[in-house]
Amino acid sequence: MKTVEVAVIGAGPAGIAASIEAAKQGVEVVLIDENNKPGGQLFKQIHKFFGSKLHMAGIRGINIATKLLEECEKFKVKTLLNTVAFGLFEKNKIGLVNEDRKSILQAKKIILATGASENVLNFPGWTLPGVMGAGALQTMMNVNRVLPGKRILMIGSGNVGLIVSYQALQAGAEVLAIVEAASQIGGYGVHAAKIRRAGVPILTSHTVQEVFGNDCVEGAIITKLDKKWKPILGSEKKIKVDVVCLSVGLTPLTELAWMAKCEFIFIPALGGNIPMHNWNMESSKKDLYIAGDLTGIEEASTALEEGRLAGLAVAESLGYLKSKEASKRKAEVRERLIALRGGPFGELRRKLKEPFMQGDEIKK
Amino acid sequence: MKTFRVENHPILGKLKKGKKVKIVVDGKEMDAYEGEMIASALLAYGKRIFRYTKRYKKPRGVFCAIGRCTDCVMIVNGVPNIRTCVTPVEEGMKIETQKGLGRWR
Repeated sequence: MKTVEVAVIGAGPAGIAASIEAAKQGVEVVLIDENNKPGGQLFKQIHKFFGSKLHMAGIRGINIATKLLEECEKFKVKTLLNTVAFGLFEKNKIGLVNEDRKSILQAKKIILATGASENVLNFPGWTLPGVMGAGALQTMMNVNRVLPGKRILMIGSGNVGLIVSYQALQAGAEVLAIVEAASQIGGYGVHAAKIRRAGVPILTSHTVQEVFGNDCVEGAIITKLDKKWKPILGSEKKIKVDVVCLSVGLTPLTELAWMAKCEFIFIPALGGNIPMHNWNMESSKKDLYIAGDLTGIEEASTALEEGRLAGLAVAESLGYLKSKEASKRKAEVRERLIALRGGPFGELRRKLKEPFMQGDEIKK
Repeated sequence: MKTFRVENHPILGKLKKGKKVKIVVDGKEMDAYEGEMIASALLAYGKRIFRYTKRYKKPRGVFCAIGRCTDCVMIVNGVPNIRTCVTPVEEGMKIETQKGLGRWR
């Protein structure tokens, strides 16, 4: 059995940031990811990020990823790719599978940064090839450089729906409409304005009633909703599309945290069940830290900062960082996190996350 | 031949293709490019049905594209249930539309 000081599971923004921050202080870090390339979902984010300069705003996600991977190399983070962490066991042991080979890695501290997966929406025809996650379309066109279809209907007008719609136009597809069940657009005004300027209608108080097609998506029927979110009879409209994208939220990937018997709290607005944690990103289990979307759905920029916090906290607990220095550094990161959670959108998340922000104890 | 590949992109620039490889899809030879995932190579030629479900024989295709949902599994080199969205193509790879749970060949 191999041992390591810190094992980080998930090489997305949170996991990479945590690894870099800990490795910078001299901690020995192994970063584990099931994919054949680190970066998580950053490589498909070809838009410029938000926030201030400190948060790398104005830089495209894809370039942030490249920069982070360079830092991983510089600070000698060991990365295990094509490796699935299938379980957490007693005494901080992690079960790993690489190809067909199983192994156990024991770590003094574990940071879970497993991210999230896309939610689905159920309607007649939802299983037809051509119905897919908005993130799936984004991966296909921006990373794999292929369009799964040419005429797209987007369900959901949150930031993912708005941004991916715009990126579909950039990739050469047509977006027929963005359908939103609520009476208001879900995402930032700036993204909505951009896609409206490009001529794509955003139909609020509308939903998809049915997707049809023989073997693949050939079209969809959308319908208007009344104030009680009930379909208005007679308002149905048929549109010819070959791809229907779902951008209806994300759910944290909590399997390993459940397996470790972390205490959870249910907060629908943060994506459902999330492991309880404190300002050090420590879970209720000893030696187990969490960061990123697993701690509640937010954005890549907040995931990076949470990762940094977790990285600093493990470095401190392993004695690589004096507590005075650690406090100072963590305070800087926390300040940036609070700034990211400002504005009408971030405010809600800040309020929901606030209970976690009271000191270093683990609280509900 | 015109494909669904995004050859030119305003942000990402011109598509840099890997070395050309031959894959065999349901007995038919096709071109693919090294580094490309099986699912993207198939979508590039407009193939959207990757398998049929066991009981109701309903078609399925790419859904999550990041290896989580297993909707896009196919028989690859005789091995069923291979997630095509996260498996890169290889020279001479045999890819078959999967029926039900598939069969080892």
